[in-house]
Amino acid sequence: MKQTHSHRHPAVKRNCTSHSPKLWCSCDIESDIRKVRDVEEAILSQCQMHAFTDRDLFALKLAVEEAINNAIRHGNRSDTSKQIHIKYRVTPRRCDIVIEDEGDGFNPAAVPDPTSEHNLEQTSGRGLLLMRAFMNSVVFNESGNAVTLTKFNDSIRQTSRHRVAFG
Amino acid sequence: MLKDKEKDTAPIKLTHNGELTVVEFNVRKLLEENEITEMGRQLTSYIESQLKPKIIISFAGVDHLSSSALGTLITVNYKVRERDGQLRLCSINPQIYEVFLITKLNKLFRIFPTMEEAKASLEKPSS
Repeated sequence: MKQTHSHRHPAVKRNCTSHSPKLWCSCDIESDIRKVRDVEEAILSQCQMHAFTDRDLFALKLAVEEAINNAIRHGNRSDTSKQIHIKYRVTPRRCDIVIEDEGDGFNPAAVPDPTSEHNLEQTSGRGLLLMRAFMNSVVFNESGNAVTLTKFNDSIRQTSRHRVAFG
Repeated sequence: MLKDKEKDTAPIKLTHNGELTVVEFNVRKLLEENEITEMGRQLTSYIESQLKPKIIISFAGVDHLSSSALGTLITVNYKVRERDGQLRLCSINPQIYEVFLITKLNKLFRIFPTMEEAKASLEKPSS
């Protein structure tokens, strides 16, 4: 039976019915990519409502997919008894998403550079690079089991630049 | 041979034209782990059945892919090279091409804007 995300994740519905742009939505989901993707869709649809550009939406989907895959596979080691905790806030100017797993965390600084000639043919290890390239900011907590992704709405930045140039 | 049910759910379609094989995607988003694994399985099984495989993978219609899909493409590239074959990628949309640029995989793969250019780049057998 098809369900909407709000049925599966009451927390998303409860927190996001408010019109306050400062409110963070939060939800706890089992380590199943299909269930986490419902929240991803809710975030992207809010960004779309705020007229984030197509490029912003592509970047957000790419970065969130990489972050939740890391959280499920490397953080929670695909253990469905462990949860993924997601917090997000979308305003007309920016989207912030915190993705936290229940694993031991890792040291992002110790991840080898996948673009070096030596690592170019490695079949994994590019998720972090892509998140950093497509987001305005990627910040890990101290233990490395939570990442905060931030993306600014480029349509607003383009409008500001237009005003500076022609206003 | 794929059974009918597998054909319906297979993420890729292989078309053989003489010694050239063209690979196209049945999905717009290459994100699902089971589909990426299946893509790798289909391609590996085909490559291993050929002496010098000549393959063009067209990304026409694909609008998202994950780093895991890149990993599978790297394995495919390695297997083609191992059999002294040729692999070309083409018709990659600008946003996905940016992913190849950022990861510097544009240096590893031979990427062409169109199918025609990819075909023209294939080395002909010496007569």
